[in-house]
Amino acid sequence: MSRQEAPERVSTVVIGAGHAGLAASQVLSERSIDHVVLERGDVANSWRHERWDSLRLLTPNWQTRLPGLRYEGPDPDGYLSMAEVVELIERFAKLADAPVRTATNVTSVRRTDDGYAVTTSRGDLRCRALVIATGACNVPAVPGFSDAVPASVEQLTTFDYRSPEQLPDGGVLVVGASATGVQLAAEIRRSGRPVTLSVGEHVRLPRTYRGRDVLWWMDASGVWSERYDEVDDLERARRLPSPQLVGTPERATLDLNALQDLGVELVGRWATVRDGTALFSGGLRNVFSLADLKMQRLLGTFDDWAREQLLDAELDPPERPEPTRVPSSTRWQLDLNSGEISSVLWATGYRPDYSWLEVPVLDAKGHLIHDGGVVDSPGVYVLGLPVLRRRKSTFIHGIEDDAREVIDHLAGHLAGGR
Amino acid sequence: MTTTDNGVNVQALLDAREVLKGAPEAAQFTWKATSEWQNGVHTTTKIQNFFGLGAEQNHKAETVLDADHPEVFAAPDDAITPIEYLLVGLTSCLTAGVASVAQNRGIQLRSVKATIEGNHDIRGILGADSDVRNGFNDIKVNFSIDADASPEEIEALVAQSQKRSAVFDALTNPTDVTVAVV
Repeated sequence: MSRQEAPERVSTVVIGAGHAGLAASQVLSERSIDHVVLERGDVANSWRHERWDSLRLLTPNWQTRLPGLRYEGPDPDGYLSMAEVVELIERFAKLADAPVRTATNVTSVRRTDDGYAVTTSRGDLRCRALVIATGACNVPAVPGFSDAVPASVEQLTTFDYRSPEQLPDGGVLVVGASATGVQLAAEIRRSGRPVTLSVGEHVRLPRTYRGRDVLWWMDASGVWSERYDEVDDLERARRLPSPQLVGTPERATLDLNALQDLGVELVGRWATVRDGTALFSGGLRNVFSLADLKMQRLLGTFDDWAREQLLDAELDPPERPEPTRVPSSTRWQLDLNSGEISSVLWATGYRPDYSWLEVPVLDAKGHLIHDGGVVDSPGVYVLGLPVLRRRKSTFIHGIEDDAREVIDHLAGHLAGGR
Repeated sequence: MTTTDNGVNVQALLDAREVLKGAPEAAQFTWKATSEWQNGVHTTTKIQNFFGLGAEQNHKAETVLDADHPEVFAAPDDAITPIEYLLVGLTSCLTAGVASVAQNRGIQLRSVKATIEGNHDIRGILGADSDVRNGFNDIKVNFSIDADASPEEIEALVAQSQKRSAVFDALTNPTDVTVAVV
């Protein structure tokens, strides 16, 4: 047997060169901690290759900032396109002078006596600390009953979908009413296709409130800065679908009323398929009520804050969006063999892929066990997951505070302090 | 500390939630009933045992429930109709949910009343029109709640009770049902 080359040693390995991995790299560099950033594809890979054509960020440009980098263009109230996001993250990689190794796929991470062994498609490394920044959206989560959808109906996930032209003619059943689901239902409906949207629990937000972007309110009022250890039901907060928002020049609200105005038919949560027929929950009214009530409470929080800050004079008066209109009758079954539906688009969320992680830090559902990004194995950290340390954790500008605090803990670990 | 008392031991429920998170097998319950035909369209059902927390459990006492059909169905009307038991289940479950959620949120209830109506086109069960389903076309529940809470808080109680209701879920979502002869 030939003697293998000794693996390269580095104190910290960061996996993933999206905005989270690069922010980690920048903070590591500030602290002079030697590290590499391993990236399976290119910098900002998911933004380049795993998103649909029309997608724009949900945060307005003035809010889309990374450590040392903020928007200075002509449209602070606009929303970056995917090409612009890629460009922003590339600029950030250069600014941070991140030691990125592209086209380097991590195939396994195992524990060793003094840290971790990382095998990649381009050689092996040993490290004492590891930052997982592979994102929350690696694999589309599609329910098991998708197997029972008749073969005559084409099925796509949001990973496959790019634009309506790619869909067969005929009716489209979009499943899921997160930001993704409502955006795709709207653009597919505008392409002339009949669209049915299956709606489960969702988060309703107006695009603007009292004349300001709703995400200005989330930021300014401090709602977004609420810490993970202060959130009432953290598990639930981490599972919440993305809010029903879209970034358009008109700053238009894209809630279920707007979709109904476009002619999108709403049905309940898709429960199962029986004999080729899709069965939907009869609980649609209640998911409307839950979302309306939560939105009203949030707007009430904003109003209270504005009053305390004496901002009422410079803001439009408080208002409440119309309740979600309940269709006069909703279908609870749809024959998938009738030809009415020619394609199903699953916008049912994503799950992370940790198949390469051979360290026992996953719970029964395959989620990383971590406390504010400090994973349940010494020296392992994670960044860029929902409500990791704050409600804003998965938004681009949310990474800076998280990265500083998580890397602070990591530095303590390397120094032998924890 | 809250002085709310709706008679619900919410702390025990919250404790159970924490324990069962780590012990999903103990959370597996089986509800049971046995029934026997009396005569005509009259059936008597008895309920005493169920399985849960890994063991057979007993209600304090056996409950005997009769179901019959009304005179307009050409039956003696010795008891309520089976489909009316679904209304009993739904309104009892939602009301229990309202009380529990109110207790958890520190809302004192003074009265919780509900009217429930299930609309039913009986041409389905009679086989008079094959396009008509056998079950309810829709169900409407109207709550009237007197409590130390704003109208929005009361609406939220009712919404949350639906979100956590076993019977609401069983009626609004399909359930796999196996009926066999043994």
